[in-house]
Amino acid sequence: MAVFLELLVNGISVGAVYALIALGFVVIFKATEVVNFTHASLLLAGGYVIARLHPLIGFWAALAAGIAAAALVGALVEFLILRRAHVGSRGVLAIVTIGVDILLTTELTRRIGTEVLALGDPWGDRVLRLGPVTVAETRVVALAVAATLIVAFLLAFKFTGWGVAMRAAAEDAETAALMGVRLGRVSLSAWAVAGALAAVAAMFLCVFPTPGLDRGTAAAAMKAFPAAILGGLDSTTGALAGGLIVGVTETLMSGYQSELAFLGRGIGDAAPFLVMIVILLLRPSGLFGTKEPARV
Amino acid sequence: MSEPTSTAGTPVPETPTAGTSIPSASTRGKPTRGAFRPLRAALCFGARPLRAALWLAVLAVAVAVPFYLEGFWLQAGLFAMSAAIGAIGINLLTGATGQLSLGHAFFLAVGAYSYVSLSSDLGLPTPLAAVAAVIVAGVSGGLFSPIAGRLKGAYLGIATLALIFVGQHILFNAEPVTGGFNGRPVPPMELFGLVFADTPELVVLNVPFGSLERLWFLGIALLAGAAVFARGVLRGRPGLAMNTIRDHEIAAGVMGVPVARYRAGVFVLSSMYGGLAGVLVALVFQQVVPDYFGMLLSLDYLATIVIGGLGSVAGAVVGAAFVSLLPQLLTRYSDALPLVAEPGSGGVSPAEAARILYGAAVVAVVLFLPGGLVGLATRLGRVRLKELRWAKSAPAPASRR
Repeated sequence: MAVFLELLVNGISVGAVYALIALGFVVIFKATEVVNFTHASLLLAGGYVIARLHPLIGFWAALAAGIAAAALVGALVEFLILRRAHVGSRGVLAIVTIGVDILLTTELTRRIGTEVLALGDPWGDRVLRLGPVTVAETRVVALAVAATLIVAFLLAFKFTGWGVAMRAAAEDAETAALMGVRLGRVSLSAWAVAGALAAVAAMFLCVFPTPGLDRGTAAAAMKAFPAAILGGLDSTTGALAGGLIVGVTETLMSGYQSELAFLGRGIGDAAPFLVMIVILLLRPSGLFGTKEPARV
Repeated sequence: MSEPTSTAGTPVPETPTAGTSIPSASTRGKPTRGAFRPLRAALCFGARPLRAALWLAVLAVAVAVPFYLEGFWLQAGLFAMSAAIGAIGINLLTGATGQLSLGHAFFLAVGAYSYVSLSSDLGLPTPLAAVAAVIVAGVSGGLFSPIAGRLKGAYLGIATLALIFVGQHILFNAEPVTGGFNGRPVPPMELFGLVFADTPELVVLNVPFGSLERLWFLGIALLAGAAVFARGVLRGRPGLAMNTIRDHEIAAGVMGVPVARYRAGVFVLSSMYGGLAGVLVALVFQQVVPDYFGMLLSLDYLATIVIGGLGSVAGAVVGAAFVSLLPQLLTRYSDALPLVAEPGSGGVSPAEAARILYGAAVVAVVLFLPGGLVGLATRLGRVRLKELRWAKSAPAPASRR
């Protein structure tokens, strides 16, 4: 039971981090209808900046710099490339983001090389004991920060002018533009916000118990994709639920690996995708996604 | 659209539809046609033999290559052929039907491993094993069809990520079939008594024919067959239906295209192409390893069709040549190129340089060359043809987007 609780808490906190990534992904999709495959490399960029700068300017400043850098990279991708690509279908834009992802990931993994970069976070490997359950402090912080950010974000989405503009653009871009919403700014800010969220997530993905930032981190970020899609690509609530489902599934499957030996080693990595397939079979537009109204 | 200057001297004839702003295609330039009938006839008659001659030349070069080029080029060419077959498949799906797939590498793996397993474990004759491997790839694509038929566009792209991750898991863990991390050796193909391997020795016209030389011809035949079939699909009713689904799903449905069934069907077809590419690449490699069939391979395929040109067979082939030859060329000439370092020396390795180059190429093509390399070529060709027409006859076609 203690093991189960421990895994559950860990799973929820990892899930909250995935939810952060998925949230950025969903925000971009809502604002611009682009499925953004660059997300993993935005995350890698943020993590890389933090890892390289923290010995020079300290952890907190490096974290701020990393968040700013990832936001900037996201905004630049939108401003320099997607805004200027005049293509017929959104599918082609998705492939463009794949091209950008190839570029960024190749360069960043080349710079990282075979190293494992520490992020110099203040929590180290301390653990928290709550009765029989032992949790790494980083996990608790991750859960708290992710929850705060997500709540703040949902509130901003609901109550600020920026949030209203974003929702209007998502609902009906043309009408929103006629009402004076500047679509360019909306999509630029969506990309910047997504980059910033990804950088925060990168920080939590790379601290204890993970050894640090290495070339595999981008693969870990891939798990946010099933999180986004199984919740529903156009639903912020879905991103949350999806993140938690993916995090808990992954942690439980990895934790009970020895009991699940018949499924093979490393089932934890494949499990989120299996869950995604099952959910998509039952609900093709995800748990909270809006159904396509068209039926012919 | 401005009037071409070359027609300024000739009187522009009044067409019957002069009142309407857009002349219809059938009346365009009719009055002057008579004067140039011989020329047009010559062009029309000339086009077919010209094209046939071109294809004969291509065939002649393709046949001559193994007699002149060394192993490196043959191997590079064979990889390009395999990549071209796979790319044709994914271009049917992504380019023509608008369905994104990141799972193509999985179907290559299914093809490659099925061939190995069916011929080594079950003892099937190798040609039969190859055909069966393609069918197995199609069946596994069909098993995914409840999802492939329902999800559209980039949505499907994310869902197919599952194939990669689950596929890798299976490849590493199902050791009796896949050989696990180290993979398995690939038995050479044996067709009508000819073994596609280095032994027994074979010398044709004083050139020793090893496995690469022999496989070269197999590759050419497979690629040609795959290309002709895909062309037939694209030019016929299925192609029209696929393009309509891509352009407007609801309109396609209204016109009686069974959208979901078509999506699932194209997914199956594209996975069979993937399987065939997998068989060929396994024959060239002579060893299948799970690492090769990862995420990066799928991304390569998407980059390939965007660079070459979405939705056409030629685009897939040109793109495959670009994407699969680039890293090998950079590797071979790395010491002569600036900015590219030997692998392991800390600089930009050839493989990385190639990835950066074609990542940039994808972005550049979408920004500046919609239609890809093939689109560029046809546009250049069309411009030249139009100049010819403008110079010879007829007012400019006014209705062009």
